[in-house]
Amino acid sequence: MKNSSPLKWFGSREGLYYLALAFLLVVLLPLMLDPFRLNMVGKYLTYAFVAIGLVMCWGKAGILSLGQGVFFGLGGYCMAMFLKLEASTPEATAIQSTPGIPDFMDWNQLTELPWFWEPFHSFSFTLIAVIGVPVLLAFVIGFAMFTRRVGGVYFAIITQAIAAILTILIIGQQGYTGGVNGITDLQTLMGWDIRTDAAKTTLYFICVGMLFLCLFIARLVQNRKLGRILVAMNAQEMRVRFSGYDVAAFKIFVFCLAAAFAGVGGAMFTLIVGFMSPSFIGIVASIEMVIFCALGGRLSILGAVYGALLVNAAKSGFSESFPELWPFAMGALFIGVVLAFPNGLAGLYQTYVMPLEDKLFERGKGARAEATPAKPAAERKPKTEKTDDYDPMIDSYSPEKS
Amino acid sequence: MFDGYTSSELMSIFAMQGFAGLSLFSVFVLMAMGLAIIFGQMGVINMAHGEFMILGAYTTYLTSGFFQSYLPGLFGGYFLIAMLLAFLVCAALGALIEWLMIRHLYHRPLDTLLATWGLSLIMQQAYRSIFGAREVGVELPDWMMGAFQVTDLVELPINGLFVMIIALSIAVGVYLLMYRSGYGKKVRAVVQNRPMAEAVGINSAGIDRATFALGCGIAGIAGAAFTMIGSTGPSSGQAYIVDTFLVVVFGGAQSLIGTIVSAFGISQAQSTMEFFLSGSMAKVLTLLVVVGILMLRPEGLMALKVRR
Repeated sequence: MKNSSPLKWFGSREGLYYLALAFLLVVLLPLMLDPFRLNMVGKYLTYAFVAIGLVMCWGKAGILSLGQGVFFGLGGYCMAMFLKLEASTPEATAIQSTPGIPDFMDWNQLTELPWFWEPFHSFSFTLIAVIGVPVLLAFVIGFAMFTRRVGGVYFAIITQAIAAILTILIIGQQGYTGGVNGITDLQTLMGWDIRTDAAKTTLYFICVGMLFLCLFIARLVQNRKLGRILVAMNAQEMRVRFSGYDVAAFKIFVFCLAAAFAGVGGAMFTLIVGFMSPSFIGIVASIEMVIFCALGGRLSILGAVYGALLVNAAKSGFSESFPELWPFAMGALFIGVVLAFPNGLAGLYQTYVMPLEDKLFERGKGARAEATPAKPAAERKPKTEKTDDYDPMIDSYSPEKS
Repeated sequence: MFDGYTSSELMSIFAMQGFAGLSLFSVFVLMAMGLAIIFGQMGVINMAHGEFMILGAYTTYLTSGFFQSYLPGLFGGYFLIAMLLAFLVCAALGALIEWLMIRHLYHRPLDTLLATWGLSLIMQQAYRSIFGAREVGVELPDWMMGAFQVTDLVELPINGLFVMIIALSIAVGVYLLMYRSGYGKKVRAVVQNRPMAEAVGINSAGIDRATFALGCGIAGIAGAAFTMIGSTGPSSGQAYIVDTFLVVVFGGAQSLIGTIVSAFGISQAQSTMEFFLSGSMAKVLTLLVVVGILMLRPEGLMALKVRR
C-alpha cells in the first residue's frame, strides 16, 4: 500500500478515483451548472459528510446509527446560532421590544439572551462547537452504550429515539431554538454577505475542500491498523476482544469520528442553504442519510459521496416533476439496495467495471514492463479489502446478539 | 407544578389523566404486542409495523362504510367483523412480505430495518394515493358513544374502555398462544435455538412466516381499535413507531409481561406529565428517562435469561 512518493499515489488506481471525483466537483460541475444549481450540489455534498461518517461507522465497524441527523443538526445549529447573533445587532433589530436578541426570541416574549447562546458571539468558539458538541454527545452515547456492549438493533433504536427527542425538544422550545421554522434569515459571516451568488460559489468550493479533507481523514483511518480492527470487529467482535483490544474504545472512536464529520456537514449546510430547521435532523432525515451511504456502497467512502449526490439529485428531480412518485422510488431504493445489491454502487462498480479497467490497465502496462510485478499486487489489495464484507455466515455469528 | 390545585382536584386530575394514559396504554399494548412477537421472538425489526396498523384502520373504515350503505340494521355490530377482516388482511399481507422480503434477511437484522423502512414509505404513499392525504374517521355505533359518570369530576368515555378491553384480551390471547399452545412452544424453541429446533423436526421457516403474519395481523387489530379513539391518516402509523419500539425494548425484548409493564409505565408517565407540562416537554422527559434507563440497563426491565 505504501508509495514512495505522494505524487506517485495520484497515478495509482485509487489516486485516479480521487482525481476523477475532484475533477467532477471542482471543474466539471461548476462549469456546467448555474450558481443556483451549483448551490444545490453544495447542499447535497453536505450530506456526503454524513455518508462518509456512516461508511466508517456502519459499513466498516457495523454500528448502525439512525441518529446521524442529530449530529448534523447540532453542527448546523451551532453555526446558525452564530450567524443569527451576527444578524441580530441592536441596530438591525431596533423595532423589537428587546433589541439585540434574535427575532424569534422577541416573538416568544424572551427579554434576554439565554446563557447557552452567549458563547456563540465568538467565531472561534463556534468553530470548536461545530465539531465539539456533536462529538461530546456521541461520546456520551457511545460510552454509555458500548461499554455495556449494547450494539446492533438496540443501538439503532436508541439513536433513533434520540433523534426523536431532539426534534421534539427543538420544536417545543420555540423561544430558545426558533421552533419548527428553525433559525432563519441568516445574512453575514464575519461581515461577509453569504447570500450573493459569488459567496455561494465560494462556499461551494470551501465545502468541496472540507469534503476532501474528511475523505482523506477517513482514508487514513481505514488504511491503518485502526481501520483493520474496525472491520475485524464487525465480523468477529469476540475474537477481537479476546485478542486484547478494547472493542468499546474503538467503537466510541469511530462513532465520534462519524459525529464529527456530520457536524462539519451540518455547519456547511447552514452556510450554503442559509437556514437550519428541525426537519433536517429528525427520524426521517436521519434514516435517509443511511440510504445515501447504502446506495453508494456501505464500504466505500468515495461511493458514499456519489450516493449522497445521486439520491439527493434524484429527490430534487422527482419532487419537481412527480412529487407523488418519490416516496415509491425511495422505498424501492431502500428495499432494492438491501435485497439486491448490499454493497451499493461501489459493489456494482467492482464487479462489472473494474474487470474492464483491469484489462485496460494491463494493456497500458505492457509497454512499461518494469512496473508489472509490483502493481497488480498493489491493485488487488483494495479489492480484497472490499470483498471481506458481506459474508452472511460470518454475519450470523456476529456476537452483537450476545 | 402542583400549585393552585386542591387535593381532591389533584386526585381527579390524576384519575382523568390516568384514564387518558390508559387509552394511550391500550394503543401501545396493541401495537407493542405485534412488535414484541416480531422483534422479540424473531429479532426482525419491522419499521412498517405502524403502516400495518393503518392498513387495519383503513380496513375498518371501509367496512364501516359498507355496513352503513348496505347493512344499516347490523351497524351496531360491524366492529367485530371489521376487526376480523383487519386481522386477515394484515396477516395475509404480512405473510406475503415475509415470503418476498424478510426471509432473505434473517441473518442481517440491520438490513431488515432499512428494507422495512422502504416498505413503510411505499405503503404510506399508497394510502395517500388511494385514500387521500386527509385523515378519515369512522362512525361509531350508538352504544359506543357517551361516557360513564364515575364522580361529578371524573367521567370515562365508553369507546376508550372498549379499546382497553380489546387490548387486554389481545394481550391475554397472545400470552396463551405463546406459553400455553403447541405453536407457541415451537416459536419459543426456534427463538432459543434454531438449529436444535430444526433438528427435532420443527419447520422453522413455516414458524417464521406464521409468526410474522401473526404479528402483522395483531397490528391490524390494533389499527381497527385505533379508529375507535382517533382518526386515521396515511402517516399516523409513523407517529407511534419510535415510541412503540422503545416500549418493546424497554420492557425487555422477549418478555411479553415486560412489554405490558413498560407500556403502562411510559403511557402513564407521559399523560400525567402532559397535564402539568406542555405536551412536547412531557414526551421529551418520558423518552429521556426511558433512554437513560436503557443506557444503564440495556437488556430492558425484564430480560429473558437464555444462554447462547
